[in-house]
Amino acid sequence: MTENKNTKVSAENLSLWYGPFQALKDIHICIKEKEITALIGPSGCGKSTFLRTLNRMNDLIPSVKTEGSLLIDNQDVNSPDIDVVALRKKVGMVFQSPNPFPMSIFDNVAYGPKIHGIRNKDELSHIVIKSLKKAALWDEVKGQLNKSALSLSGGQQQRLCIARVLAVEPEILLMDEPTSALDPISTLRIEELLQELKNQFTIVIVTHNMQQAARVSHVTGFFLTGELIEYDLTENIFTKPRNKKTEDYITGRFG
Amino acid sequence: MITKPKGKERIIYLFLVLSGYATLVILCSIIVYILLKGFSHISLEFITQTPRKMGAEGGIFPVIVGTFYFVTLTILIAAPLGIGAAIYLHEYTREGTITRIIRFGTELLAGIPSIIFGLFGYAFFVVLLGDITQGWSLLSGALTATCMILPTIIRTSEEALKTVSRSLREASLALGATRWQTIYKVVLPSSLPGILTGIILGIGRAVGETAALLLTLGGSLLMPQSLFHGTRTLSMHLYMVAMETGNMDAAYATGVILIIIVLLINFIANYGIKRLVTRNTTTTARS
Amino acid sequence: MNTTLNNNTLKKEKLNSGLALPKVTEAIVRPILFAAAVTAVIIIILIGFFILQKGWPVLSTYGLWNMISGTVWQPTKELYGILPMITGTFYITFIALVIGIPFGLATAIYLAEIAGSKTAALIRPAIELLAAIPSVIYGLFGMVVINALMRHLQRGLLSGILPPDYQLGYSVLSGGIVLSIMILPTIINIVEDALKAVPHTYKEAAFALGSTHIQTIFKVLIPAAKSGIVSAVMLAMGRAIGETMALIMVIGNVTALPEHGLLSLFAPSSSLTATIALEMGYAGPEHQAALFAVGIVLFGIIALLNAFVIVFTRRGGQQQL
Repeated sequence: MTENKNTKVSAENLSLWYGPFQALKDIHICIKEKEITALIGPSGCGKSTFLRTLNRMNDLIPSVKTEGSLLIDNQDVNSPDIDVVALRKKVGMVFQSPNPFPMSIFDNVAYGPKIHGIRNKDELSHIVIKSLKKAALWDEVKGQLNKSALSLSGGQQQRLCIARVLAVEPEILLMDEPTSALDPISTLRIEELLQELKNQFTIVIVTHNMQQAARVSHVTGFFLTGELIEYDLTENIFTKPRNKKTEDYITGRFG
Repeated sequence: MITKPKGKERIIYLFLVLSGYATLVILCSIIVYILLKGFSHISLEFITQTPRKMGAEGGIFPVIVGTFYFVTLTILIAAPLGIGAAIYLHEYTREGTITRIIRFGTELLAGIPSIIFGLFGYAFFVVLLGDITQGWSLLSGALTATCMILPTIIRTSEEALKTVSRSLREASLALGATRWQTIYKVVLPSSLPGILTGIILGIGRAVGETAALLLTLGGSLLMPQSLFHGTRTLSMHLYMVAMETGNMDAAYATGVILIIIVLLINFIANYGIKRLVTRNTTTTARS
Repeated sequence: MNTTLNNNTLKKEKLNSGLALPKVTEAIVRPILFAAAVTAVIIIILIGFFILQKGWPVLSTYGLWNMISGTVWQPTKELYGILPMITGTFYITFIALVIGIPFGLATAIYLAEIAGSKTAALIRPAIELLAAIPSVIYGLFGMVVINALMRHLQRGLLSGILPPDYQLGYSVLSGGIVLSIMILPTIINIVEDALKAVPHTYKEAAFALGSTHIQTIFKVLIPAAKSGIVSAVMLAMGRAIGETMALIMVIGNVTALPEHGLLSLFAPSSSLTATIALEMGYAGPEHQAALFAVGIVLFGIIALLNAFVIVFTRRGGQQQL
C-alpha cells in the first residue's frame, strides 16, 4: 500500500538549532502522500519542532538555524527562492488549542481565501460552505454563520479551525496535538474526520497519545531527544518495534 | 481573619484608614467647591458668546472651539505615530539594542516637565519652523502636545497589543497571511479597546495641559480660523482670567466646564471602553 | 478555481495577482512603522539640542556657578542669579514631600493591606481622578481656598510674628500643600504596587511567628518594599520640581531668598518653572536666552534625579533575593 504512493515530504540530514541547543539531529524521513503519518515521543523530543519545519513556522523564532534538506514535492522548502506565503497555503496547520479568531464563523473560514485575494462574495460563500462540510461542522452551524466563533464548544472550535485551513485548499495538513485539549467524544469525531480527509490530503499528526497514533495512522515515527529513532508501519511500531528505546517508550517505561 | 489591633496600634490603624478616606475627601472638596462656585455663572450665553474685556466678561465660545480643534489636531497627529510605534516595537522586532534605545527614549520623554516642552515647542515649532507653522498656532501647539502624550499612547497601545494571544497570530500566519495582514485583520481589531483607552487618556492630558501651550498656542481670544491661527484652551483661559483679570467668577465657570470634561473623559476611558468590550466578546467555549 | 496548486507556484517568480499587493504593502509598512517608533528618540534629541542651543550662550558667558549662586534675578540689568528660584523649588518640594509621603504611604498601605474590596473600589478611582485633574484647577483651588486660609492664619494667629509681606496668603507653605495633593497619586500607586509585589511568604512567615498585622506591615512589608518606596519618592520629587501652573497661582512669584528662619514657610516665593513660564511671554532676546539657561538647569536637575532612580532601582533589584 505505502509502496505504491508517491513521496510527498522527504527530509535528509535535517538538523535544527535554537541558538546553541540542537533540537533536531540528522532527521531522515519519507512521508507518503494521502495517508496519515503520526509522530510520537515524550515532551521536548522534537516532534513538534519537526512539524513546524514543514511550514516554516520556526522562522518566527529568533536564533533558529537549519541545516540539511527538506523537500516537499521535490522542492527544497528552505531555499531562498521559496515563497513562504504560498508554502503556508499549501501546507496547512491545526494547533493544539483551538484558536479561532474573535470573529464570526463565516469570517473565520473566509479569512484565508480573503487574504489570498478572493473578493467575490458568492465565491467566498461557496468556499466556506464546502470547507465546513468537509470538516463535518456544517450541520451544526448552518443557520448561524454570523455567530461568534467563540460561542462554539471546544470540539466545534477545533473543527472550525480545520475548516479554516481547508478553505485555502492545502495539500498537506499538519496537526500539532489537535485533540489534546478536547473531551473524548470530540476527540473521536475528529479522528473520524481525519480518516475521511486522508483520501484527499497528506496528514502528519503529532500526538503524545499513543493509542491515538495506533488508531489513526498508517505510519508512525518515534522521536527521542531530537532524533528519529524508528519509522515504520504503525502496526510494526506498536507490536514488534525494532529499537529497544521505542519498545521502552511504548510499554510506558518512560515518557 | 486578621485580628483588629489593640492599644497603641489602634492609633496607627486609625491613621491608615483616615488617610485612605482623606484622598476621597480631598478629591470631593476640590471638585465640589469649584462646581458650587462656578455653577451659577454657567449659562447658555456663557457657552455660546464671545468674551469681552479679555475674558472678564462675556462668554467663552471661542475657547471651547479652540480647545476642541486643538485636541482633535493633537490626536490626529499623535495617535497614528504612537500606535505605529507600538506596533513596530511589539510586532516587528525582538528585544535588542534598538528596542532598548527606543524604550529608553520614550521613558525619558515621559519624565520631562511640561514647561521644558513649552520651551522646546517655542524654539522649534514657533520660531524655527515659523514659516510652516505660522508661529503661535494650533499647529505648533498640537505638535508640542503630541510630543507630550506620545509616551502614554505608545505604552497603552503596547499593553493592548500584548493582550492578543500569540496563538491567534500563529493561526493567521499559518494560513499564509503576511505580518501586516495579521496585524491589520486580527491583532488591531482585538486590541482596539485598549488602544482607544490610551487615546482617550491622551486627550485628557492634552485638555489639562497649560504651561507648554502658553508658549506655543498663543492665547488669542479670537475664533481660530485655521490651524495656522492661535487660540486658547479652557485650561489656559482659566489661568489667564484668574491671574490677569481677577474675575474669579469667570475663572470658576471655566473651571466647571473643564472639570466636567475631564470627568467625562475619565469615565469614558475607564468604564465606557470596558462595557464596549464585554458586550462584543462572547464567552469562550465550554468544552 | 484551482483545486490543487502545482509545484511551480511555490517559486517567488510566479506570483498571481492576488498575492502581489500584500507583499508590496508589507515591504512599505515596516519602514514607516520604524520611523514612527524612533520619533520619540528623535524628539528627545531635538529637545536636548534646542534647549542647549538657546540657553548655552548665557550659561557659558555668565557662568553656571554664577547663575546658581547669584541671589539677584534682574534680567534687565543682566543679572541672572537663580539661587532664590532654586531655593524656592527645593523648599516647596521638600514641604510637599514632608506632607505627601506620610499620607501617600498610609493610603497605599491602607489600600494594599486593610481596605475591603468595596472601599478600595471607591478610593482607587478617586486617586485616578486626582491624577487627572488639570494643574490649573489645583492652582485655582489653592489660590482661593488655601491661600485664603493662609491669610487668615497669617493675619490672625501669627500676625505678631510675621512681617507684613508674609501676610498675603501667597507662601511656600501653600505651594507645598497644593503640590503634596498633586503628588499623592504618584506616591500611592507606586508604593501600593511595591507592597503588593512583596512575596506572600514573608507575610505568612511573620503571622506564623505571632506578629500582629501592624507589626507585619511596618517590620516586614515596608522594609521589603523599600526600593519601590524610594522610587516613588523620587518620581514624586521629579513631578514636584517640574510643576508649573499650580505654583504660579499660589506662591506669589517673588524672587527673593527666604529669610527669617522658620517663618520663611509663610514667605511668598518663586520657582524655576514659574519664572520661565511667567517671563517668556514678554522677554526680549537676551532675557529669553537667560530663561532657556534656567531651562537647562531645570532639565539637568530632573535628569540627575531620573538617573538616580534608574541606578537605584537597578541596584535595588539586584540586591533582592
